[in-house]
Amino acid sequence: METLFEKLWRTHEICQLSDDEFLVNVDRVFLHERTGSIALKGLAEKQIPIMTPESVFCTMDHIVSTRFGRTDATELIGGKEAIQATRAAAKTAGITLFDLGSRDQGIVHVVSPELGIALPGTTVVCPDSHTCTVGGVGALGWGVGSSDAEHAMATNSLPVVKPKTMNAVFTGETKDGVAAKDMVLKLISQVGARGGLGYVIEYSGPAVQSLGIEGRMTLCNMAVEMSAFSGIVGVDEHTIDYVAERRYAPTGEQWEQAVSYWRTLHSNENAQFDESVEIDCNDLEPYVTWGTNPQQAIPINEKVPDPEELTDPAERELAVRSLTYMGLNPGQQLSEIPIDVAFIGSCTNSRISDLRAVAEVLAGRKVAPGVKAICVPGSTAVRLAAEAEGIHEVIRSAGFEWREAGCSLCFFAGGESFGEGKRVISSTNRNFEGRQGPNVRTHLASPIIVALSACRGYISGS
Amino acid sequence: MNDLFQRHTGIAAPFMHDNVDTDTIIPSREMRSGTKSGMSDGLFADWRYTNRQSRELNPEFVLNQEAFRDASILLTGRNFGCGSSREHAVWALREFGFRCFIGHSFSSIFAHNCVRNGILTVRLGAAQLQQLVSRAVDPLQSNQLTVNLETQQITVDDQIIQFDYPQRLRGLLLSGLDPIRYTQRLQNELDAWRENDMKVRPWLYGYGK
Repeated sequence: METLFEKLWRTHEICQLSDDEFLVNVDRVFLHERTGSIALKGLAEKQIPIMTPESVFCTMDHIVSTRFGRTDATELIGGKEAIQATRAAAKTAGITLFDLGSRDQGIVHVVSPELGIALPGTTVVCPDSHTCTVGGVGALGWGVGSSDAEHAMATNSLPVVKPKTMNAVFTGETKDGVAAKDMVLKLISQVGARGGLGYVIEYSGPAVQSLGIEGRMTLCNMAVEMSAFSGIVGVDEHTIDYVAERRYAPTGEQWEQAVSYWRTLHSNENAQFDESVEIDCNDLEPYVTWGTNPQQAIPINEKVPDPEELTDPAERELAVRSLTYMGLNPGQQLSEIPIDVAFIGSCTNSRISDLRAVAEVLAGRKVAPGVKAICVPGSTAVRLAAEAEGIHEVIRSAGFEWREAGCSLCFFAGGESFGEGKRVISSTNRNFEGRQGPNVRTHLASPIIVALSACRGYISGS
Repeated sequence: MNDLFQRHTGIAAPFMHDNVDTDTIIPSREMRSGTKSGMSDGLFADWRYTNRQSRELNPEFVLNQEAFRDASILLTGRNFGCGSSREHAVWALREFGFRCFIGHSFSSIFAHNCVRNGILTVRLGAAQLQQLVSRAVDPLQSNQLTVNLETQQITVDDQIIQFDYPQRLRGLLLSGLDPIRYTQRLQNELDAWRENDMKVRPWLYGYGK
C-alpha cells in the first residue's frame, strides 16, 4: 500500500536523526556556474574532499550568454569570472563538466534526464530550486542551497525532514492546444503558492499518464512554485523507453536489473496520501498568469480578477500590489492585453516536444509587428535536434530569434533584459517582480500560447 | 562568518508580506560576486531603492526608516523565502545584519540555508506574531526584543513567548558545529549503507559504462 514517494524514501533512508529528520542518500549532485562554483570553492577552502566525484556533474547555464558565437564574456557584472572560476574548480575537483562548446551543455534540469544522469528511482540534488523537474522520470530531486550542496558532495547524503504526501489527480482528457503547463498552472492557482509547503506532490491520473515524459517534467518543474519539497510521477513504459540508451543510463545486465526495479516505482492501488486534490482536465482551458506569483493564474478567456472580491486581507494586498506592478485593471480581458515580447525557453518549457508544438503553431505565420520574439532551446542537444528536424527554420522564419542553449532571459541570465516596463508572454516558471529584469511584466503561459500571442501581438489562445 | 546562534537582542522590523520570494530578497542581477560576501548592497534592491543605478533610497521601505535602519530581526508573513534556492538571499540578509526571522512560515530551502549561516527562523502563531508587529510599529514602545535559543524564548520587556525549534538543528546552532562534520561522525552508517546499496542497486554505480 506504499506511495511512490514512500518507496523512493525507503530506498534512500540511511538513519533517523531526530523525530522527523532523516539522513537520506544523495545519488547524484548537479551544479551550475551560479551557485555550484561557490559550493566547490567552499569545500576546497575547508579542505573537505568530494566523496565520489564520479557522481557529481556540472553545467554552464545560469550566467552564460545565449547568443551565437558566445565566449566566456557576458553582460552580467562578474559573470566571466564566475564562468572561469567554475571551470577551474570543476577541473580541480575532478567532476564532469558540460562546458561551453560541449554537445552536452544546457540547462541543468534539461540535461540531467537527457543524459540519463537523473534516472528513475534516484535522488538528485542541485543548488537550484527547479531540481524537482527530474520527478518526470520518477527520480526524487530537490533544490538546496550552496552549503547543502557542499554537504551532499562531501557525504553523499543530506538531512531531510520527511515530507508529507499529496496526490494531485488529473482526470479526463485535455483538449487540443492544452498542455502540461496549463495543467500545473491550474493546480497552482487552486492550492496556492504555499499549498505544497511540507509536501511532496505526486502527479497522477489519466491526463498525466497520457503526457509524454517531457510534459511530466513540466508538471514536476513547477512543484516548487507551490513551495513543495518535490514533484514526482510514477514510472511506466514511457519512462523506461525515454531512459533507454541515455549516455549515463545502465547497460546490459544492469539495465535489466534496473528496469525490473523501476517497474515497481508507482503508488500501489489504495495507497494512502496525506492530502489529495483533483483536477478535471476535460474542460481545462489554457492558463495565463495576470499577477506576480504563479498562483495568480486564470483561464485565458477570463478577465483579470478584482482584488476587492478576495476575502483574505493578505491575498487582497498582494493582488493590489500585483496589479499595480503589472499595469493592469480588474475586469480587463486577458485577450485585450498587448505584449512587447514573447519568450520561449527555461527548464519548464524548452525541450524538443515544446519546440515541435511551437513550430506547429508558427508554420506559415509571422510574429506581429513590434513584438520581439526569442526562442532559447533548453540544451545544446535540443538545439541540434531541432536544427536537424528543420524546426528552427520554421521558428526563425516566423520572426523568432533562435539562440544557443541556457537559462537566458528567464531571469536576467547573461545580464540581458527586455527593458523597463516591457510586457512579456513567457514559457518560464516565475512571474515575480523584477524576475526578468527591472519592472518587466511577465505573463506565464504554455509555449503554444506564447507562440500564438507572439503572432497576434496580444495574449491569445488562437 | 560565525555559524553559532545562542541568543540575540536587536530591533525587530515588520515585513508582513506573504510569499516573499528570494528574487525579491536579492535579484539575480545583484548577485555580482562569486563568493558569499558582497551581497548586502543588492538586498531587497527593487523595494529598497527608487533608483537602482544611483541607489537612491525609497523612504517608504521599512528598512530605510529611522526606527528600523538598524534592525537585525525581521517579522515576516507566510512562506517567506520561497522560489529560488539561492543562498545568496541568506548571505545578503546576514551581511546586512539580520540574525533572526520571526514569521508565520518559511520556505523549507530558505530555512535550511538560514541554519547553515547561523540565522534562526522562528515560527509563531498569528496572534503572537501580530502582537510583536503592533509593538514594533508603536513609536511609544521599544522595538527591541531578545531571542534566546537555549531557553527557546522571545523576551519583550517582561513578557515571554515560548517557541518550538527542531532539537537537532538547535544543537547545531548552539554549538556552531559544521553540519558536514556532524554527518561525518556517522561515517560508519554511511559506509555500511553504501556497501549494501551497491549490492541492491548495482546499476546506479556503472555510469553507462
